[in-house]
Amino acid sequence: MTFQGINERLIAVAMSGGLDSSVTAWKLAREGRPVVGLSMLLWDHSGTEAHGRCCGALDLGDARRVAQQAGIPHYTLRMDREFRDKVVDPFVDDYLAGRTPSPCVRCNTWIKFDLLLERARRLGATRVATGHYARILQGPDGPELHTAVDTGKDQSYYLFELTGEQLAASLFPLGELTKAQVREIAREAGLVVAEKGESMEVCFVSGGVREFVEAEAAARLPGAVSPEPAVLVDARGEELGTGQPYYRYTVGQRRGLGLAAPSPLYVLQIEPERNRVVVGEESELMAPGLRGERLHWIGPQRTGEVEATVKIRSRHPGVPALIRPQGDGRVEVDFAEPQRGITPGQAAVFYQGTRVLGGCWIAGRSDGSDRSVR
Amino acid sequence: MIYLDHNATTPLHPRAREAMLPWLGGGSHGNPSSVHRFGQAAREAVEGAREQVAALLNVRPLEVIFTASGTEANNAVIFDVARKAGRRGHLVISAIEHPSVREAAARVAAEGMEVTRVSPRGDGVVHVDEILAALRPDTRLVALMLANNELGTLQPVAEVAAACGERGIPVLCDAVQAVGKIPVDAAALGADYLVLGAHKFHGPLGAAALWVRKGVEISGHLVGGSQERRRRASTENVPAIVGLGAAAAAAREEMAHRTAHLAALRDRFEAVLPGLIPGAIVHCRQSPRLPNTSHVAFTGVEGAFMEGESLLIRLDLAGFAVSTGAACSSGSVEPSKTLLAVGISRQEALSSLRVSFGIGNTSEEVDAFLGALAREVAELRRAVA
Repeated sequence: MTFQGINERLIAVAMSGGLDSSVTAWKLAREGRPVVGLSMLLWDHSGTEAHGRCCGALDLGDARRVAQQAGIPHYTLRMDREFRDKVVDPFVDDYLAGRTPSPCVRCNTWIKFDLLLERARRLGATRVATGHYARILQGPDGPELHTAVDTGKDQSYYLFELTGEQLAASLFPLGELTKAQVREIAREAGLVVAEKGESMEVCFVSGGVREFVEAEAAARLPGAVSPEPAVLVDARGEELGTGQPYYRYTVGQRRGLGLAAPSPLYVLQIEPERNRVVVGEESELMAPGLRGERLHWIGPQRTGEVEATVKIRSRHPGVPALIRPQGDGRVEVDFAEPQRGITPGQAAVFYQGTRVLGGCWIAGRSDGSDRSVR
Repeated sequence: MIYLDHNATTPLHPRAREAMLPWLGGGSHGNPSSVHRFGQAAREAVEGAREQVAALLNVRPLEVIFTASGTEANNAVIFDVARKAGRRGHLVISAIEHPSVREAAARVAAEGMEVTRVSPRGDGVVHVDEILAALRPDTRLVALMLANNELGTLQPVAEVAAACGERGIPVLCDAVQAVGKIPVDAAALGADYLVLGAHKFHGPLGAAALWVRKGVEISGHLVGGSQERRRRASTENVPAIVGLGAAAAAAREEMAHRTAHLAALRDRFEAVLPGLIPGAIVHCRQSPRLPNTSHVAFTGVEGAFMEGESLLIRLDLAGFAVSTGAACSSGSVEPSKTLLAVGISRQEALSSLRVSFGIGNTSEEVDAFLGALAREVAELRRAVA
């Protein structure tokens, strides 16, 4: 196949070797559009059993096979250095700072729709297509990001940091389809990945996340991370016992605290600098709002208050809220109902109906109770 | 699609295909070791191919051992030399050898031998006196390729072999890239081992040959059969060996025409290129080279080098198949060790393309390629500006 002379419209499909991106490539190729498959070699999984993960080398082989089945050219671009800088290292940084990171958002923001788009443009492509379940609709102010038709599979949360310019150069051909339809397309086409399962875990971690963080931290600077057990305290600062090192905890976590108490205890807050983990009852997890940073709007910037439904983690159903920008990328979000488990490091994403307005990164609770522990 | 990557592999010669067809479900089959007439026919086919390969190299047929690949043959020689030396002593290799020599040497080094790697000069040629200066009383082998796979530069194997012969040091010559493109007279070259691979000169994949000078002992690296006079057990790959023989015969007959045709294509390309694409640099142009290989670096905007990988993909999408370096090192963007050894900078190495012409290419294809190259380089320069 030769695309000579029609390079202007060339579409680069990001092919991970998974079901969704494979069907994306297949579908565009069937529609007769000029498509080139690009796989990103993001992480060296050699020596681990990482088949079925989005950045493994074995999956790149599947991507190549699907490209052959679809009759499109396919190339693998090595981006492991950038992936480490933009995704893996900040992931480790977050844990060490007592936050619970959301690496898939960072990967979309910095790798798939930034670096890949740039690389695709060098190859003469003008747009990047991915297998994300989300929709791009044309609005009065430019392209808008919307939830997928298949709400159970919707991935718009992970895309909140895209810009209008990036959306204009992106295609999400699966946004109008259900997962069942996507798998049916793969089966009918006889794609080698038709029966492949989901990759749910963090793609670059093949064992436990905590062990990964520990190994990475130790590799950076031996002794930099205290393997000392954290002191578990209640909201008044009263010592309740000792546990594991602080970076092994997540806000909202109940299991594995190893404390005897009349009612179940939850992690309320993580204090790396004091190697303390604050725990409390479920009611203490409830917060009236959140403080955000690195506020991002898709399309026009907003400085005034905005009413929206806010999702505070990927599987959160969403809560009506008032968004109050504070300048400098800081924002306060007031919930209509108190919400459980405000987790620093996670994204808060703002919706109006199906439309994603933007979002921010959670810094803490708006009532400041997570700053006032003595 | 226009194929300009003949140092990676070549299309099958019609005569090789013709010779192979009977052995690919075309009525002939047989194990050359069998007593019956099926076996006799297969034996005859293999021995005929051995004569054809020997004729191409100007050696005796009994000195030719068939292997499955050039890699296997290079490995076999180095491991056998190391074994005979009790994994003691010293090897000299050039720093631009194929990985099948380089990594085999690294393995025997890990097992106790010492290895000296002699770098080429900026002209892409390893100099004889530098090889000789590296020799020691306990040097067991010198490995020097005849033609480099990336730059195409020819190495002074005859001079090195003559000097090593005086000292009783055997020489391994990896001639995989040279055979079929230029005349190779193994006997005159003076090496003790010489390696060729069928698919580099229009033979099939899966057949190669190791020539071992008469009187040089080599024990079988594969055991379990008396094939190849016990020097390489395995039932012979008859169709591939027959194809290798036919490709060798074709190369011998067409040699003068091939060399002239390839050089004409390359010279046409290199004559037009600098005027067409400012900032294109042809590497090792003044050195003795294969007639078919042109290795070019491209400067990008403001003198920075442009990314060869992107250019390669653009050219592929436009219908032209070239390479950024040795095919064996694809999938990574580490610069080729050969280019670094020649003193080419990391950035320049990463901005390079290898164009390797074949006997089936035409001057019209060269012109079409030049046009595409100019267009894609200009567009890539715009895209990164």
